[in-house]
Amino acid sequence: MRKEELQQLPPEKFERITIDSSRAERITKPSLSFWQDAWLRLRKNKAAIVSMFVLLLLIIMALIGPYLNGHDGEQQILRHANLPPKIPGLEKMGIFDGVGQLGGEKVNLYEMKKVDEYYWFGTDGLGRDLFTRLWEGTRISLLIAFVAAAIDVVIGVLYGGISGYFGGRVDDIMQRIVEILIGIPTLIIVILMLMIMEAGLTAIIIAISITGWIGMSRIVRAQILKYKGQEFVLASRTLGAGDKRIIGKHLLPNIMGIIIINTMFTIPTAIFFEAFLSFIGLGLQPPAASLGTLINDGFKVMEHQPYFLLFPAVVISVLMIAFNLIGDGLRDALDPKMKD
Amino acid sequence: MVKYIGKRLIYMFLTMFLIATATFFLMQTLPGSPIASYNKLNQTQRAIVEKKYGIDKPKPVQYAIYMKNLAKGDLGTSFVFKGKSVNDLLASRVKPSFILGAQAMVFGTIIGILLGMLAALKQNTIWDYGSTFLAILGVSIPSFVFAALLQYWVATQWHLLPVGLWNDGWKSSILPSIALAMGPLALSARFIRTEMIEVLGSDYITLAKAKGANGFEIAFKHALRNALIPLVTVLGPVAAGIVTGSLVVEQIFAIPGIGEQFVSSIMTNDFATIMGTTLFFSALLIIIIFIVDLLYGIIDPRIRLSGGKG
Repeated sequence: MRKEELQQLPPEKFERITIDSSRAERITKPSLSFWQDAWLRLRKNKAAIVSMFVLLLLIIMALIGPYLNGHDGEQQILRHANLPPKIPGLEKMGIFDGVGQLGGEKVNLYEMKKVDEYYWFGTDGLGRDLFTRLWEGTRISLLIAFVAAAIDVVIGVLYGGISGYFGGRVDDIMQRIVEILIGIPTLIIVILMLMIMEAGLTAIIIAISITGWIGMSRIVRAQILKYKGQEFVLASRTLGAGDKRIIGKHLLPNIMGIIIINTMFTIPTAIFFEAFLSFIGLGLQPPAASLGTLINDGFKVMEHQPYFLLFPAVVISVLMIAFNLIGDGLRDALDPKMKD
Repeated sequence: MVKYIGKRLIYMFLTMFLIATATFFLMQTLPGSPIASYNKLNQTQRAIVEKKYGIDKPKPVQYAIYMKNLAKGDLGTSFVFKGKSVNDLLASRVKPSFILGAQAMVFGTIIGILLGMLAALKQNTIWDYGSTFLAILGVSIPSFVFAALLQYWVATQWHLLPVGLWNDGWKSSILPSIALAMGPLALSARFIRTEMIEVLGSDYITLAKAKGANGFEIAFKHALRNALIPLVTVLGPVAAGIVTGSLVVEQIFAIPGIGEQFVSSIMTNDFATIMGTTLFFSALLIIIIFIVDLLYGIIDPRIRLSGGKG
């Protein structure tokens, strides 16, 4: 546009804008809640996101896996005992083709025993399908871990919350008890509890959660102490809010992040303890399967049927890694200050 | 300081008392009897056996006797190993467990520190990711799974090291020590990495660089020393992890240690030995945690030990 043309523009084409100084402070983007903000940060953590998908896959497999190949995890077909893995498709590539060791020689055990069916992950000494048992075991292990973690959270938050919020004499007594309890090594108490209770799912869950809540209660107490003295709580109280409202509306939302992080680390610990107990023979009793019992069974025949040990070992390791990575990711996302 | 130590000692004593009492009464409610083929004995034989092991008296009296002996350091007599006192039994088994634990601790922590340093100095490179991944593996994979896999590959497939037992000198201790060392290794690597990164960003490191110190000096003399202090805090959990791991790892490698003894005495209902081992492990862990707390205060005077509240 040339200068002359510009000068020919009629004045009414122009409009005067007065700059409103308050607009400089305007927030242009919608404000994010704490959780949206945390999600944005978590999304950038590739390891945590991949772990979430892996975990989801494992959970789905634990739910549907046992029904995928038509075998029953508890049905014993002795004629089909000790078969190596055989997977349709992969067998042509020379892996998982049903070839196993027999007296030091490599033999296709499926042909020898005239088995037409496919056992994807092989069978155990009683002819039970290991693929089905593996996912049933994963389901049990996850169930134990989730229930134990839930109990830890409920007791831990209640105990720590009451102790921290009410303070004074209540706090003193409750903390003295915790100080004695915390000295007891978890392992010892877990083993002792399992010895006196009838072995089973409930016994393991109780044994794991009997001292598991202490860590959570201490963290919650420390957090409550930190927040309850702050101005917003005082303001709320001045405006007439009762204990219930202060706890529910002001304190809990503030410590929610830390509770979640801690829970994410409680779950793998519970998985570990279950497997550990089953491994030393104190956990679930047969025919029930958990990752621990499968590893224990697999360990006994490791030399001749290594795949028996390998599959549950891989599943438990992947499960633990996934939970730990998600836990790390959540810690960084929910509480950037607490980066370890 | 003295007040703090006194207070801690009282708590330690209370905890031990609680554990001893709980163990004693839990043992009484156990199903099954420690004396095999108990039912086959006739009345007199039964009375003789019960008298011999002191289980003919009422429970409170037994408890009082047990606690009295305990105060003298006597853990009782094993039900399974004839006439052997639990003290002797444990004493004969301390050595392998101690060697394994100490080797795992030293080896794991040193490698862990080096890995952590490497990760911090080469932040966001392949070295960093590699050692972080290794640390995640170490934290995640249960020691017995790792031990079983090690035994399978290294011992039974490649025949490099003994499969188990404790009769091949130092060689027998290598695999179990490595299996136990994974936990300490992972914990210290993660810890040192974070600490080092923080320390490397501080002013005195810049000053050291400015005065012309070389990379090696900065890493080991200035940065590592300061990053090491907080590592003391993880020694407690590390020790607990090694004790937990030793139960299964000793089982896997058939090592005549205390962990293996504990597991097998559970299987044989050997009450006296179970109680003895429980108390031994508890005392060990409680004392280690106490020492760690004290060390922490001595190494870093900024930490106030007496500040228990808040």
